[in-house]
Formats: sequence, structure tokens, C-alpha cells
Amino acid sequence: MSGHHHDHDHHHDNHYTAIEARVKALETLLVEKGYVDPAALDAIIDTYETRIGPRDGARIVAKAWTDPAFAERLRADGTAAVAELGYGGRGGEHIVACFNTPEQHNLIVCTLCSCYPWPVLGLPPVWYKSPPYRAKAVIDPRGTIADFGVTLPESQRIRVWDSTAETRFIVIPMRPAGTEGWSEEKLAGIVTRDSMIGTGLPQIDKAVEDAA
Amino acid sequence: MSRPETDLAAALAADTPIPRDAEGPIFAEPWQAQAFALVVELQNKGVFTADEWAQALGAEIREALAAGGCKDGSDYYERWCEALEHLLIAKGLTSHEGVDALAASWARAAEATPHGKPIRLENDPLRS
Repeated sequence: MSGHHHDHDHHHDNHYTAIEARVKALETLLVEKGYVDPAALDAIIDTYETRIGPRDGARIVAKAWTDPAFAERLRADGTAAVAELGYGGRGGEHIVACFNTPEQHNLIVCTLCSCYPWPVLGLPPVWYKSPPYRAKAVIDPRGTIADFGVTLPESQRIRVWDSTAETRFIVIPMRPAGTEGWSEEKLAGIVTRDSMIGTGLPQIDKAVEDAA
Repeated sequence: MSRPETDLAAALAADTPIPRDAEGPIFAEPWQAQAFALVVELQNKGVFTADEWAQALGAEIREALAAGGCKDGSDYYERWCEALEHLLIAKGLTSHEGVDALAASWARAAEATPHGKPIRLENDPLRS
């Protein structure tokens, strides 16, 4: 990842917009006064975790599954391929697509900070931001994935990707068997957020029939 | 358990509809969901009622429209945050200056936090 330059100076990695800082301020003062419980706030937000942000990632995955030429471009230069679809992050960060294969499963960690690519993946779940998850994912990725109910074959190695300040990762899961002939839209419906982080797999039972 | 937005949606006047699709509220950015959750939780805790909230939000939106604000609803959650702040001030729970100071502190804390570390208020270099 060398040789890349932003248009602006990059003095720091984290930034809040004015409104983000204001919401944090309101939350802090209400928590300090005991009027709200942070765990209750997290629980409410988790209720809506799949309904936040443009959630472009699922469409990127579905396009890669149905358009081999796009998949090649995505593999070669994720940032350009994602921009081609009109998607992207807030800053000028790189997007790197990690394709799962029968030989290799990919798992992303990071995001104690504000670098999580929510426009692409959707909101991070609470567990994803926790220090124990981050630590365990690095030390025991297979066990971490098993915690989420996903058992990978021993023959499939697991590669852990740790986001940097300028690079965001998206896992491109393997297209499940039994989805031959499905439309891009129907395919996008089975690409869960967890499958794009690497802690889950596409959920074929989540499929919704195309509108007639 | 009913979904948290049910009471809220019922209480909102027809002229202040929450951005939603067929399945419920949708949020363009994470901070909007955080602001939404704050209001739901404050109602759960009885700090203010659904009616009080509907009036506060409605007043904020009407004021913004009268001042020539966004008519497409794209600033809905900006108005939401202003309504929340004003309602908390009216309840004597904070002051405008108090929120300003804390927001500035959070902004400095974010800038001072390196990649991979959680943004904490203590990271603000000016916070004693």
C-alpha cells in the first residue's frame, strides 16, 4: 500500500463530523447523569443494524458473482471497481476485496476506531468493536468464526486482515451452490454483513423471490 | 416485545414522518441511529413522553421549513438532534454551552486518537 497520496494532508486517522460529535456529546451527558444505559442504547441500535447506511457491499458481492469481468477488476483494484458502481467510503481510502476460495477463508478485524467501512458493509455490530473479539480474531481466527456458529473445513486456511488507516477490506464470500440462475438482486439478499466481515457465510434461506 | 419505534411512530404527527421503508425506520448514517436510540431510551426511562417528543420534533421541523430548510426531509435527523437538545435544555438537564463544550471535546478526542484505538473522551488533550 505504498505510493498512495491523498489530496489532503492526513495528520490523523480519526475524525468526527460536527453532528457526530454533537450526538456523542448528548449521549455522554445523558449516560453520566444516569438517564440512559449504554447497553440499552446498543440493544436498540442492534435492532436496526441491517438498516443503517446504503449497505452497498451486498450488491458488490452479487455483481462479482454474476459478472466475471467485474470480479476480475474488483480483484485487481477494489477501489476503482467499487467506484465504478458509484459506491465508496467517506474518505479517499482504499478498498481491498478479499475473495474466499476453497483453500482460503478471509476474516477482517479492526474498527475500535472510526475506520469501519459502514457505507459498504452496514453498521458494525457491538461485538465487532469489542477488544476481546479483536484479540481473539488475531490469535484464534478459527475459534472466533466457530463462536459465530460457522465451522470451516480444516483444509481451508484462514487469513486475518487488519484494516489500516487507509485501507478497508471487504470479504467476497464464495457463491453458494444452489443459486444458479439467480438474479443479482436475489443474490444480494443472501449476502449478510457477517459474510462480508468473514464471521459468517451467505444465508441461502434468506433469499426473497424477485418481484414479478 | 414490540419494536421500539412503534410508540414513537404512533406519536409522531403526520407532518413529521420518520424516514422509513415498508419494514420500519432506515438510517443514512450511524449517528442517526444513535440519536434515534437516545430518544427511544429516554422515553423508556420516562425522561419525557412520546407526546412531548412529538411536539418538540414537530416544532423544530416546522421552524426549519418556515426558514426555508430542506423540504425533501434529508435533514430530518439534524432537526431530530436539535429537538432533543432543546427538550433536554427545557427540562433543565443541560445547557447549550454544556453540549457545545462536550461536542468540542469529542471532536478533539477523535482527532487525537490513532488508528485502531477506541475513541474515548479522555483522549481529548485539553480535557483535565
